[in-house]
Amino acid sequence: MADPMKIRANVVGDSTEVKVLMSHEMETGQRKDAAGKTIPAWFIQNVSATHNGKTVLSAQWGPAIAKNPFLAFKFKGAAKGDKVQITWVDNKGEKRTDEAVVG
Amino acid sequence: MGTTRREVLKTGGGMTLLGLLAAAGWLKPEEATAQAWNKGAFEAKTMDETMKAFGGGTPAQSKDVTFVSTPDIAENGAVVPVGVTSSIPKTESIAILVEKNPNLLVASFDIPPGTDPTISTRVKMGQSSNVYALVKADGKYYVASKEIKVTLGGCGG
Repeated sequence: MADPMKIRANVVGDSTEVKVLMSHEMETGQRKDAAGKTIPAWFIQNVSATHNGKTVLSAQWGPAIAKNPFLAFKFKGAAKGDKVQITWVDNKGEKRTDEAVVG
Repeated sequence: MGTTRREVLKTGGGMTLLGLLAAAGWLKPEEATAQAWNKGAFEAKTMDETMKAFGGGTPAQSKDVTFVSTPDIAENGAVVPVGVTSSIPKTESIAILVEKNPNLLVASFDIPPGTDPTISTRVKMGQSSNVYALVKADGKYYVASKEIKVTLGGCGG
């Protein structure tokens, strides 16, 4: 199981700024190991963020997102104390969901 | 001898079942994600192929798409911060592309109404290259580009 994400969600002006730090290898499938064998690709493909059951961001990623991915975005309509959920799914079908309270 | 044969069959059968289960377990989530993952676009090797996979024509250059907190020179190509903001009304999605990477498309973000058309993340770059921000707004595509130089090992590049 992958390590938990670090999520910060803060109200800035009239919108909520969300910053996420995920823990993932993000192997490109281009690199070779010491024996010259290609290391298979292993990366996050889908990321979605929801607030009160409503999707506020959905993303498709390729292997060119940097290791231990960082993501920041803003959305409107959240109040302090609300919960924001982030989910990712990688190309091996592994997934992880974490949530944070808007502060 | 008969029992051996039976045992062999049993183990064989058990293995196959396990194999099938594992295969089903692996396949299912992949199928589920494949629907929402534009394989063609992520495997495209040119801008034209990428646009074709998105189902769009040649994007229009736009000054309303801007890069924020994106460096001109990146010391480490493995971690290059890129931020994109669109001030075009009805922005539906933002994609980041690196021209000289093996596959151009790095990521695409769908922006539902209520979410600000601004995102930032960190990307990998194989070498100095143009980086494109592709914005879909009201069914049309707009693009902005920025050159980012990647310094390899701090010796210039």
